[in-house]
Amino acid sequence: MTARISIQHVGMALVAIALVIAPFALAGQDYVLRLLTMAATYAIAVYGFNIILGLTGQLSLAHGGFFGIGIYVVGLLTTDHGWSFWSAFLAAIIVTAVTGFACGVVALRTRQEYFAIFTMAVGFIIFLILSRWESVTHGMSGISGIPFPEGFGIIDFSEPIAMYFLVLLFLAGAAYITYAIRRSGVGRTLIAIRTSEDLANSIGVNVGLNKQLAFAASTTFAGVAGGLFAAVQGFVGPSSASVNLTFELLMFILVGGLGTVMGPIVGSFVVTFLFETFQDFQSYRFIVLGPVIIALVIFAPRGIVGYLNAYVARRRAKRARRQMAPQAAASETKEVS
Amino acid sequence: MTLLEVRGLGKQFGGLHAVRDVDLDVREGEITAIIGPNGAGKSTVFNLLSGFYRPTAGTVTFKGRDITGKKPYTTVRDGIARTFQTTNLFEDSTVLDNVLSGRIVRSRSTVFGAVLQTPSFRREEQYNLTKAMEALEFAGIAHYRDDLAGEVPQEVQKRVAIAVALATEPDLLLLDEPAGGITEDETVGFGDLIRQIVARGITVCLVEHKMSMIMSLADRILVLDHGQTIAFGTPDEIKRDPKVIEAYLGADDAEEEGEE
Repeated sequence: MTARISIQHVGMALVAIALVIAPFALAGQDYVLRLLTMAATYAIAVYGFNIILGLTGQLSLAHGGFFGIGIYVVGLLTTDHGWSFWSAFLAAIIVTAVTGFACGVVALRTRQEYFAIFTMAVGFIIFLILSRWESVTHGMSGISGIPFPEGFGIIDFSEPIAMYFLVLLFLAGAAYITYAIRRSGVGRTLIAIRTSEDLANSIGVNVGLNKQLAFAASTTFAGVAGGLFAAVQGFVGPSSASVNLTFELLMFILVGGLGTVMGPIVGSFVVTFLFETFQDFQSYRFIVLGPVIIALVIFAPRGIVGYLNAYVARRRAKRARRQMAPQAAASETKEVS
Repeated sequence: MTLLEVRGLGKQFGGLHAVRDVDLDVREGEITAIIGPNGAGKSTVFNLLSGFYRPTAGTVTFKGRDITGKKPYTTVRDGIARTFQTTNLFEDSTVLDNVLSGRIVRSRSTVFGAVLQTPSFRREEQYNLTKAMEALEFAGIAHYRDDLAGEVPQEVQKRVAIAVALATEPDLLLLDEPAGGITEDETVGFGDLIRQIVARGITVCLVEHKMSMIMSLADRILVLDHGQTIAFGTPDEIKRDPKVIEAYLGADDAEEEGEE
C-alpha cells in the first residue's frame, strides 16, 4: 500500500516539477509557452470529463458546449458589459454549474447511450445558440479584445508566464479535487455507479442524484476552463465551442487514462504536442494520429497513466504474494492442527 | 416482534402474475427462508421487498412503517440490506474498497469535506475503515482486503457480498442464494456465518435451494409455487405438509429428502 502511494506520488511530483520549470526552460520561446498554456487550459476541462466519464462512467458529449458557455460568459461580460475579468469568471462558473445541474435533471432519467445522445444534443444546441444569436454573441464574427485578468500587486497577467501560472494554479486545483474525491466516499459512490447501477442502488446510493451532481461538477470544470481560455486567447469565435472540441477532449482523457488523477494532464499535454508535431499535415494529421490513438486504445485501454498504474499494481501484487506465501502456508497448517 | 410484515403482495408483468397475494411475517431475530421450485417467484419477492420492483398489489411494512414501493436506496437507509443471486461486486476494486462502499449510506461527508480534509471528514473516513475491517473480519476474509474482488475465489466473493451488506448496518439482511455455486463443505461454513449474523441481532431472510441447509438453519419457511404461498411454518411443519411434498414431487427434491 505504502509502496504504491509513494511511487505514484513520485510520478505526480515529477509531472508537477516539469510543469513548473517548463516556462523557465523555454525562456524566449513564447509560442511553446502559449501551447503549454492552451494544453493546461484544456486539461482543466478534461478533469471535468474525468469526473463524469472516468469516475461515474457516463459519456457526456456536452463538454465542448459548456466550455463555450465559460468562454462566452467571460468574453461578453468583459467586452460588451465592462465587467472585470474576475467577476465575469465567477459568473461563468456559476452559470455553467447551474445550467449543468438543470440539464442533469433530464440526464438523471437517461441511461448509457441515451445519456450520450442527450448530452450531445445539449452540446450542439449550445453551439447553435453561440453561433446564431448574433445580437448577443456576435455570431460567427466572435468576440475580440477580451482583456487579461486584472493583476495583483506585481503580478501582471499580460505577461504570458504569469498567465501560464494562473492556469496552472487552477489545473493543480482540478487535479487535487480529483485526488481528494477518489480517496473519499464520494469517489466510491461515483465508482459504484460506474460499475453497476443496480449494485450501487443496493448499497443505498441515490444513483440519479449523484449522477446529476457529477454532471454539474463536470460542466463547472468545463466552465472554469472556458473562462480561462477566453482570457488566454483574447479572441474567440463559436468554433471554439464546437462538438469537435468535445471529441478532442475525449481523446485527451482516453490517451491519458480514464478515472486516474494524472490522466487528464498527461493526455492533454501529450496529444497537444503530438498535434503540434504533425501540424504541417494540417487536417490530414488525423490520418497519422488516428492509428496512434487506435493502437493506444487496443494496447493500453486505460490510457498512459492507467497503464502505468496497472504495471505498478501488478509488481506490488507479485511482491505481496511472494511475501505472503510462506505466511499463508504457516497459517493453513495452524488451522489444520 | 414482527420486523417485516408483508400483506397481499403481488407483482404482475403484463398478464403474468409473477407473485400473487403473498403474506409473510419476518420476526425479529429469526431466520426466515423462502423456498420453492425454479420460477416460483422467490427472487421477485426479494426484489419487491428491497424496492427493486414496485409491487402491483399489497403492502410491505418494515419496523411499523409502510415502505411499499420505496426506492432501494431509501430501504437500505431504513435498514434493509440485500445480496444478489449472481454475486455482484465491484470487481475492479479491492475487497476493502468494496466493503467501504457499503459505508456510503451511513456517511455524511461531502465533496467539500474531502477537498478541505476537514477533521469531521477524516474522523468519518477512519470510522468507516474501522467498520469495514470489522465486517471483513466478521466474514472471515480480512486477509483478502487488498485483492481485487474479481480475482478472489467464488466462496470469498460470496462472503465479500455479505460483508458489503453488513457494512450498511442493516436490521434485516436479505440473502439471495447465499450458498449458490459453492461446495458442500463451504455451505456448512455459510450456515455458521448466517447463525453468527443472527447472533449479532440482525434478522435474516434468505432464498435458498439447498434443502439440507434450509432445514437445519431456518426458524420459519415460506414455500412458494407459481408465485403463490403454498405453506408457511417451521421446518418440521413444512416437511410434513402434503402440499409442499406435492409441489416438490418428481423434482430434484427426492435426493434432497434422502439426505435428511
